[in-house]
Amino acid sequence: MAQTNTPAVHITKPSTRMSGMRAMRVREAVTGYLFVLPTLVGFLVFALGPMLFSAYLSLHEWEIFSPPKFVGLDNFKFLPEDTRFTAGFVNTLKFVVAVVAMNTTLALGAAVGLQTKMPTVLRNFFRTSYFLPVVMSMTSVAIILSFLFHKEFGIVNYYLGLVGIEKVPWLASSSYALSSVVLATVWKTFGFDMILFSAALNNVPKHFYEAAEIDGAGPWQRFWRITVPQISPSIFFATVIGIISHFQVFDAAYLMTRGGPGDATRTLVMTIYEDAFGSLRLGYGSAMAMILFVIVMVLTIFQFKWGQKLVHYQ
Amino acid sequence: MASSQTYSRINRFSAQRAVGRVVIYAAMVVIALLVILPLVWTFATSLRVPRDSFTLPPKWIPTDWKWSNYADVFDSVPFGTYVFNSLKVTSLIVLGQVVTCSMAAYAFARLRFPFKNALFLLLMSSLMIPVFVTIIPVFALVRAIGLVDNHASLILPSVTSAFGVFLLRQFFMTIPTELDEAAVIDGAPPWEVFVRVIVPLGAPGIAVLAILSFNGFWNEYFRPLIFLNSFDNFTIPLGLVALRGFMGTGNIAIVAAGIMMATVPVVVVLMTMQRYLIEGIAMTGLKG
Repeated sequence: MAQTNTPAVHITKPSTRMSGMRAMRVREAVTGYLFVLPTLVGFLVFALGPMLFSAYLSLHEWEIFSPPKFVGLDNFKFLPEDTRFTAGFVNTLKFVVAVVAMNTTLALGAAVGLQTKMPTVLRNFFRTSYFLPVVMSMTSVAIILSFLFHKEFGIVNYYLGLVGIEKVPWLASSSYALSSVVLATVWKTFGFDMILFSAALNNVPKHFYEAAEIDGAGPWQRFWRITVPQISPSIFFATVIGIISHFQVFDAAYLMTRGGPGDATRTLVMTIYEDAFGSLRLGYGSAMAMILFVIVMVLTIFQFKWGQKLVHYQ
Repeated sequence: MASSQTYSRINRFSAQRAVGRVVIYAAMVVIALLVILPLVWTFATSLRVPRDSFTLPPKWIPTDWKWSNYADVFDSVPFGTYVFNSLKVTSLIVLGQVVTCSMAAYAFARLRFPFKNALFLLLMSSLMIPVFVTIIPVFALVRAIGLVDNHASLILPSVTSAFGVFLLRQFFMTIPTELDEAAVIDGAPPWEVFVRVIVPLGAPGIAVLAILSFNGFWNEYFRPLIFLNSFDNFTIPLGLVALRGFMGTGNIAIVAAGIMMATVPVVVVLMTMQRYLIEGIAMTGLKG
C-alpha cells in the first residue's frame, strides 16, 4: 500500500530525484515504526501476550507456585455445574438488561429535555448535574448509596416510610440486593448515555421538527417519528456499548454487597476475581475470563458489522 | 414561512403545550434532585457529630459544623499518602499515554510505512479485550518481575492505550495536511512535523485524552485491589474502602468527610473541563 503510487510527474532527472524520494520514504517509514514502537510493545506485552496466555491457561490447572498442568476442556466442562458461576452469569445478565434499559430511557429523556427551550444557565445546571456522577469514582458512589440504602437508618427507607411503604431491606435481602446495585449503577452512569444522545440530537435538522409541527404532529408523535429514528444509530451504539461495559460489572456489586447475600449479587467478573485471586485457581479463572472475552468480542463484531445495516433511516 | 409561524404561535400558546413543558421541567428537576441530594446529604453528614451520623429525619443542612471529622480522617488512615499515591500513579499514566499515543496516532494518521493498516487493525482489536480477561496473566507477569505491591504494576501496563491512539488519530486526521506539507517542503523531517505542527494543532485532542485518562485511572479500583497489598501503597479508592472498613455505622460522618475530600476537588476540576470529557465521549462512545 505504502510503496505504490508515486504521482506521475514529469521528471527531468529521474535518477537523483528518485533516490531523494526514496531516502525520504525510508526516513518516513523508519520514523513511523519508531513512533508506533512503544505502543506496539505495550500492546504485545500487556494485551496480546496476556490474551494468548489466558487462552492457554484456560486449558490448564494452575496455582501459580507450580507449573500449569494441562487438563483439556475440564475447566469449561465444570462451569455449568458450578453454581457460583451460573448464579454470577445469570445475575450479570439480569443486571445488564435492567441497567441498559433504565439508562437508555433515562438518558434519552434527559437528552430530549435538555433540547427544550430554557435559559442557558438552567441548561448548564441540568447537564452538569446529570453528568456529575459519571466523573465520580464508583467507590465513593457505592459507599454513599450504601448508606442511603441502609435498612434501618437509610434516608431512602425513611422517605418511603412517609408514604406508607414498609422498610425495604435493600442490601440485606437477596430479593432486593441486585436491584440496589442496578439503581446505584444507573445513578452513576446514565449521564454517559445522555452525552451520546445529546450529541446525536444536536445533529438532527431542526426543519424536520418544524415540518412535522406544520403537519400537526404532537410532541409524542414528533418524538417517535423523528427523534427516535433520527438518532437510532446512537441508541443502538449506546445499547451495545452499554451491554459490553455493564457485562463487566464488578466495583458496584463488590463494594455494596460483596456478591451477597448468598450469591444474589455475585457477577461474572466477581467469580473470576474470587477464583483467581481468592482461591488461586488461575486456570479455572482464565476459563471464565475466556467466556467474558467471547461475549465481548461477539458484541463488538455485531456492533461493527450490523450497526449500520440494522438501524437506518428508510 | 408565514404559515409556519402562525402554526407555531398557535401551538405555543396552547394549553396542551404548556402542560407538556411543565411535565418536562418537573421531570428534569426530579432527576437533578435525585443526583444532587445524596451528595448534599454526604456533605451535611460529613460535618455532623459522628454519633448523630444517621439522624432521622435526615438533616439536609450541616448543623454541627464539625470540621474535626476531616482531621479525624487523617488520624484513621494515611489519607495524605493516598492522595500522593493517586497523584503519582495517575499523572505518570497520563503522561505516558499522552506521549506514546500521540506519537503512534501521528504515525497512523500521517506517515506511510509497510503494514501500517494491518498494525493499526491489530492494535484496535485490543479495544475489545476487557481488563478482566487479561488480569490473570498480567498479575502473573507483575509477580514474575517482582512488582507486586509496587505502583509500577499499575503504571507500566497503562503507559500506552489503544483507545488513546484511536482518539488522537481521529483528531489528528482533522488537521489539514497542507500544514504538514508546507513544513515538509521546508525540509522538516517527520518528527519535526510532529513537534511543530501536529502537537500544537492537535493539543485540544491531547487534552481530551489526558482528561479522560486522568478521570478513569484516578477512580480505578479493580487493578489496585489486586496489585497493591500494603496499606501505605493504597490509592484513594482503596483508602476510602479501608476507611469505611474501620468505621462502624456510628462513625459514618468521618467516612463522609473522607469521601468529600476525595471527591470535591477532583470533581470540581473535571466539571470545569467537562467540555473536553463530553467531546471525547461523544466522539468515541468510550470513557478511555
